[in-house]
Amino acid sequence: MASLWEWANPRKFMTWTDKALPVISIFAAVLFLAGLIWGFFFTPDDYRQGATVKIFYIHVPSAMIAINAWLMMLIASLIWLIRRHHVSVLAAKAAAPVGMVMTLIALASGAIWGKPMWGTYWEWDPRLTSFLILFLFYVGYLALWEAIEDPDTAADLTSVLCLVGSVFAVLSRYAVNFWNQGLHQGASLSLDKAENVADVFWYPALVALAGFVLLFLALVLLRTRTEIRARRLHAIEMRERVQG
Amino acid sequence: MSILSVTNLSIARGGIPVLEGLNFAVGTGEVLVLRGPNGAGKTTLLRTLAGLQPPLSGTVTCADDAVAYAAHADGLKSTLTAAENLKFWAGVYGGGDIEPALKAFDLAALADRLAGNLSAGQKRRLGLARLLVTGRPVWILDEPTVSLDAASVALFAAAVANHIAQGGALIVATHIDLGFDAQVLDVAPFRADPQVMSGAFDEAFL
Amino acid sequence: MIRLLMRDLILALRAGGGFGLGLGFFLILVTLVPFGVGPDSERLSAIAPGVLWVGALLACLLSLDRIFALDYEDGSLDLLATAPVPLEGLVAMKALAHWITTGLPLVVAAPMLGVLLHLDGAAYTWLIVTLLIGTPALSFIGAFGAAITVGLKRGGLLMSLLVLPLYIPTLIFGAEVVRRGAQGFDVMTPLLMQGGISAGAIALLPFAAAAAIRISLR
Repeated sequence: MASLWEWANPRKFMTWTDKALPVISIFAAVLFLAGLIWGFFFTPDDYRQGATVKIFYIHVPSAMIAINAWLMMLIASLIWLIRRHHVSVLAAKAAAPVGMVMTLIALASGAIWGKPMWGTYWEWDPRLTSFLILFLFYVGYLALWEAIEDPDTAADLTSVLCLVGSVFAVLSRYAVNFWNQGLHQGASLSLDKAENVADVFWYPALVALAGFVLLFLALVLLRTRTEIRARRLHAIEMRERVQG
Repeated sequence: MSILSVTNLSIARGGIPVLEGLNFAVGTGEVLVLRGPNGAGKTTLLRTLAGLQPPLSGTVTCADDAVAYAAHADGLKSTLTAAENLKFWAGVYGGGDIEPALKAFDLAALADRLAGNLSAGQKRRLGLARLLVTGRPVWILDEPTVSLDAASVALFAAAVANHIAQGGALIVATHIDLGFDAQVLDVAPFRADPQVMSGAFDEAFL
Repeated sequence: MIRLLMRDLILALRAGGGFGLGLGFFLILVTLVPFGVGPDSERLSAIAPGVLWVGALLACLLSLDRIFALDYEDGSLDLLATAPVPLEGLVAMKALAHWITTGLPLVVAAPMLGVLLHLDGAAYTWLIVTLLIGTPALSFIGAFGAAITVGLKRGGLLMSLLVLPLYIPTLIFGAEVVRRGAQGFDVMTPLLMQGGISAGAIALLPFAAAAAIRISLR
């Protein structure tokens, strides 16, 4: 019985991602484009918000990815700290820039949406503020990776930071909620369909969300492969230096 | 009766194995001298023995409270006097009188000088005097005689001889002959084969 | 343990500036604010809680990178790690020493600087209380940040980047209590939250920081 963990062996990981990545990428591209095109061109305008509502198809999925990318990094870091699977921590490292860019997209699209809706690009609303804080956490995490030379030490320290950071990220979320009640609407997309926006908006949004998820997956796999190759290069260089 | 023993120890520095297959034991009243060229891994080995670094594989068997470690840096605070520095370490290690330690390394006259104003050799002596106040049986020393003059080396040798006579042990990396019976371990033959990379972090990526 | 604390306190005293530096920075910061926003007493009074809290936070940050870096450079940290003191205890003592040399003077000085900013009379008590509760959290969180960057060559700037986001909850609740206190509202909820954060930070972060130090020394 092969252990689940074997998939995390670098060599095995390279083999199966080599096959899986093109498939995932194609699905990601198709769903991403389909969701956005459907959402942008084939849905009616909102009776209150007009065409501005369409930015929702970028804003909501990117925001969800932004949060869940950090969650994934937390889990990957824990796996590294507990089981010391090399690929795990490299996946966390690979996910960070993607999550950071998603946070940025969510913030930017939110700002663009906010201008016509609330009459301002930026409001110190709890949700917006939380995302800004999340962005800072991503920056710190990545900066720490960059600053440490030894990859093993970097993996350990960034994982510890990710752990502690997660606790404080949650605390910040509650603190910010407390600090300002805000004008952001409640989450408009949840699996509980009864509370959702109408079907015409919901289906393309789901497709776009699936596209974003696959896009995230493809990017993380691709970046993890790059990280593994970089580590292999590093290992070869080190060996050559030892051999003199 | 060995105080510290090592079985099949492999150690790595920066993800690269440097030494492998080390086996040795040090008993009460024994001295082990590590030799080998610069960069052979003596410091890494000593840090592993002191518990600062986990071994790549193999085991170091040693009581928790047996080891006192001294490295290249003396860990002195330049704004504390020599006596204060020593008192602090004595306190950390659970009391102990600092007078014998000061006397053994001829520091009594310097006791009230700030450590920052001591010369390099004097600082080194103060750093070594710290070993005496720890009360630990196994001393793990990394190049202890650097920047010591001949007279100070003699002081150090006398302190070591006294320590050994009281049932202590010493593991030391040094290039000079301290002048007493010692097992000599040349680490060069234990150099890890860079082709194998067994157990190292980066091995998985090759 | 107590020896570690005494040593750090003596070192801070002897090195000069241990007590004064953060305090001086706090004073200058608070003095600069009216130059930036204008002398209008009503406006100053409105922003005083926030300015005092942000000032205290930055003053705390100023001396953080010295917590472990000095011991790392002169080799003491290696020796302390092999000494019969738990590293967690070492971290806690160092954070405590940092609080005594930096946090406590800020608590004492803040009310006087509050006068400069026309802080509302009812808020003084709460300013002192929140700083007293909150600054230990700043020191312990900071000690964690210092531990994680201890082996790095340019650790100081990076540490600010890592630590400041972690300060957000403490800052929010601290300033909130003072603001509510100034307006005569109920302050219990944020005060308890802040107390909880401080207690959690003091109880748990030494473990994370000790783990980080062990990794860095390896």
